[in-house]
Amino acid sequence: MLYSMCFLLFIIGLYCVLVKKNMVKIVLGIVIMEYAVNLFLIMLGYRLGGIAPIVGQNDYASGAVDASFTQASVDPLPQAMVLTAIVISLGSLALMISICIRTYERYGTFDITQIRRLKG
Amino acid sequence: MKGMTLIVKTISSWVKMLVFLFGIYIILFGHITPGGGFAGGVILACSYVLIMLAFGRDYTEENLSLKLASKLDCTGALLFIAIALVGFMYGGFSFFYNFIQQEYLAGKETAFKLISAGTIPLSNIAIGLKVGASLFLVLLMLSAFRPSDSSEKEN
Amino acid sequence: MEHLEFYILLLFVIIGSLVAVETKNLLSAVICIGAAGFGGSLMFLFLRAPDIAITQIVVEVLALVILIRVTISRDKTFISGDWELVGVLFSVGFLLIIFLAGTQVFDALPEFGSPSFIANNHGDTASGHYIQEGLSETGAANIVTSVILDYRAYDTLGEATVLFTSILGAVVILRKQSRNRLETEP
Repeated sequence: MLYSMCFLLFIIGLYCVLVKKNMVKIVLGIVIMEYAVNLFLIMLGYRLGGIAPIVGQNDYASGAVDASFTQASVDPLPQAMVLTAIVISLGSLALMISICIRTYERYGTFDITQIRRLKG
Repeated sequence: MKGMTLIVKTISSWVKMLVFLFGIYIILFGHITPGGGFAGGVILACSYVLIMLAFGRDYTEENLSLKLASKLDCTGALLFIAIALVGFMYGGFSFFYNFIQQEYLAGKETAFKLISAGTIPLSNIAIGLKVGASLFLVLLMLSAFRPSDSSEKEN
Repeated sequence: MEHLEFYILLLFVIIGSLVAVETKNLLSAVICIGAAGFGGSLMFLFLRAPDIAITQIVVEVLALVILIRVTISRDKTFISGDWELVGVLFSVGFLLIIFLAGTQVFDALPEFGSPSFIANNHGDTASGHYIQEGLSETGAANIVTSVILDYRAYDTLGEATVLFTSILGAVVILRKQSRNRLETEP
């Protein structure tokens, strides 16, 4: 059920990209899809009643991690993947926004149906 | 761009150092507590964005100019590759070999200390420098952009 | 009801995204995206991922600054609403088919709360090894950091390259000098 709700969030973003005609709205749709994918990947690694994958002082004795930590920790691998993806999404957002600003300066509108004409 | 009112300027001149210090803390303790180079770098960029919003763009460019920011960006990226190459040459011929941890700190009990984990804190510093400088750079470019003034000669 | 906090937060994010998609004013759409992002950050915290929560909440602030920069002080922040009925109906039907097929796929996944990457049916997995040996092999108590900067540092190098390229693209698009030179001396 939670996975399906996450997929619904992705579908909302895809709807925004497909239907809307405003450039900023399209960028917002891509941002929503990024949220959905990040949430889904983190959910795949969640464990019921789990703890964060950070070893505390009490879980560590004489060179080995306790079994209580190993049995309860959530999955660190999807978190590492998503951590890099979030920062990349900020960089690509800046790139898309700069394209939007340039287009607005050139054509005076954000509407993608009105910037088909050749100008300049 | 002259910036905001006196109240905002006074408060942000107090707060900016705390935000910057928090970013440095997040970077340096990234291998022990939650955080790391990415989050810390974005916080460093946030402190400069705070100055830029409160004091205006000219004041910010006096502190950290566009050229210096792009040099810091390249320095961070080159530092990260240099750590990887030193690990490559030091032993094992494996890229990103954690040579400090494997050669010097292997048998010692260094867990939960600041000086531990070999090259990981150094890589955190490089990543934080790179992310912070590049995000500051793009925000400075975004705020410097003036639409529909093509006759204006700024540079 | 189990996992009530996740349902509430995910519903909050979905409602925020819906309002952001459907509202007419661009500035309020941007603010709704910010609210949805902060809800997502809280959800990361409840999913036991504090690194991601910190990064998401800071990135969200910068993204809000960037997005408000593009929408504020523009002439046309309201969207005039003429929308083609046939195209909208066609894409809604298309998305409905994708959604129904996708829910069938998600039924085949393991249940929420049982991590599929650490499952011990076939012996050692990569995630199990990271959790078990991460501290003694790399010395870093934060296992996520030991994964991104030691075991999988090559990924991080690629990520730095992608970030560098996207920032370079944004700076090249935004700078003013080259365009003037192009116009004056063809």
